[in-house]
Amino acid sequence: MDWQAIWLSLRLASATTAILLVLGVALAYWIAFSNRRWKFLVEAVVAMPLILPPTVLGFYLLLALGPRSPIGAFYARITGGMLPFSFGGLLIASVLYSLPFTVQPVAAAFAAVDRKLIEASWCLGVSRAATFRRVIVPLARAGIGAGAVLTFAHTMGEFGVVLMVGGNIAGVTRTVSISIYDQVQALDYDAAWRTSLALLAFSFAALALTYALQRGAAGKRRWGLWPAN
Amino acid sequence: MAGELICRCCKRFASGFTIDADWLLPVGSAPVTVLFGPSGAGKTTLLRLIAGLERPDSGSIVFRGEEWLGARSLEPQQRRAGFLFQEYALFPHLTAEANVGFGARAPARAERLIQAFELDKLRAHFPRQLSGGQQQRVALARALAADPALLLLDEPLSALDAASRMRTRQDLRRMLLESHVPSIVVTHDRAEAIALGDWIAVMIDGAIRQTGPVRDVFRRPVDPRVAESLGVENILPAEIVARHAGLLTVAVGQCRLECVDGGESGAVLACIRAEDVAVTREGRLDSSARNHVAGMVREASIEGPLARIEIDCGFPLMAVITAQSAAELDLKVGEQVFAVVKATNVHLVSENR
Repeated sequence: MDWQAIWLSLRLASATTAILLVLGVALAYWIAFSNRRWKFLVEAVVAMPLILPPTVLGFYLLLALGPRSPIGAFYARITGGMLPFSFGGLLIASVLYSLPFTVQPVAAAFAAVDRKLIEASWCLGVSRAATFRRVIVPLARAGIGAGAVLTFAHTMGEFGVVLMVGGNIAGVTRTVSISIYDQVQALDYDAAWRTSLALLAFSFAALALTYALQRGAAGKRRWGLWPAN
Repeated sequence: MAGELICRCCKRFASGFTIDADWLLPVGSAPVTVLFGPSGAGKTTLLRLIAGLERPDSGSIVFRGEEWLGARSLEPQQRRAGFLFQEYALFPHLTAEANVGFGARAPARAERLIQAFELDKLRAHFPRQLSGGQQQRVALARALAADPALLLLDEPLSALDAASRMRTRQDLRRMLLESHVPSIVVTHDRAEAIALGDWIAVMIDGAIRQTGPVRDVFRRPVDPRVAESLGVENILPAEIVARHAGLLTVAVGQCRLECVDGGESGAVLACIRAEDVAVTREGRLDSSARNHVAGMVREASIEGPLARIEIDCGFPLMAVITAQSAAELDLKVGEQVFAVVKATNVHLVSENR
């Protein structure tokens, strides 16, 4: 097995999940509690990666991050490096590509928190930020957990966007799925088998964990990702 | 501490329903105020407006000289208005103790309330492990721990079953009095209003129609809608025919009723509570202060310890007497009886208000 690729994918997935637990949760809070009339537009943009072909997203990202773009130029001035075909570029792409996998379950969990509990906290003199930390997050933790697991798993299996933005550089941008592709191209079916099986087992474990989290939330405790019947 | 709550709020809903409340409430002199009215009158919305959980289209709220809503509005956090939600809204992920301590000014204050509300043995329980009455105590202790200047309670007894509702009613009043925090209790239940409140505000169709001490308002509703909402069973169209020596004589159908002269004139409604109507078989007694009206028993039904008798006196008159006296009278439908009403129990309200 290509341990280097697995290690790279693990690092990428961890970093993506960590970033999205901040950005995605903030965005989910806004989506769950904002009354803006144009909120649906933001929701649509966030959900785009779900249906957009990864190559399309990758193509636009490649242009947006390239050295001739403002972002790429700025990055080059700061670091002297280049975003496309680097781990940093890959990370930016992953964060955007996995955005809905964090935002949607977390926003659903936030929206399912009984409004009265939030108001009760306010009336007890507890600030909005502290209410978020002490009421909303604990009650939505199953949804946040599900979002994190889904994001991690989704990043682990990323292919199209990685190929477009990151290319195929061993130890820098060659992730597990790219490695499998390489193995098949090289007719090394044994290696492809092993890596694929590992990814299959991992994906199953991740989804089983997600559903177990939601079940625990919906059944035993009567609060969490979705409201009890 | 004396002072008052001045609440002038206007809020229109898409459905067309409008809250237009102009309410001056003395707090301090009357510790427990009941905000009373039929379902859909806007009581809960008014309570939420006071708490700052809802914004009016226009208006102002001033509590003891502090502007809560107006040019500068305070957030719910800054108003120090404790809110007791209908289903108590306890934090399900926290124990009873942590719920009480959630917004506590000081841990010692929370601890004192845990002791005072007899929650010591329940402190490690989660809300789902508590009965309705226990949840209510936790919710009240939680609200008081934050040291509120005003307590707002939205139908505090409605989440309880009928048996514990009766028991909890007196407990709740005692706890509210002992807290020394002025409170506003929303209810649509007359018995609850009488049992809990010192002061009452009657809200109908989004407006405060009458305020005053509970007993006065129940005795003297200012208009037919208030009388109806307070459960005055007999509201009879009447006409003033004579006035002498502090008494008014009004004609209700073919009957003449005497009542106390409150200065009314023109078209009036005579309001008589069913429990103020006595039923006898004897003819006219020689008592000038009593109205004797002959009638026919239309219907008699026993409801627990009470009996409701509907008498046809040319107009329907409802009487509530004890089941025992009903048995002694041995009333049968179609029989001739007399309804007896004291002049002081006939309360006139002007019809066109």
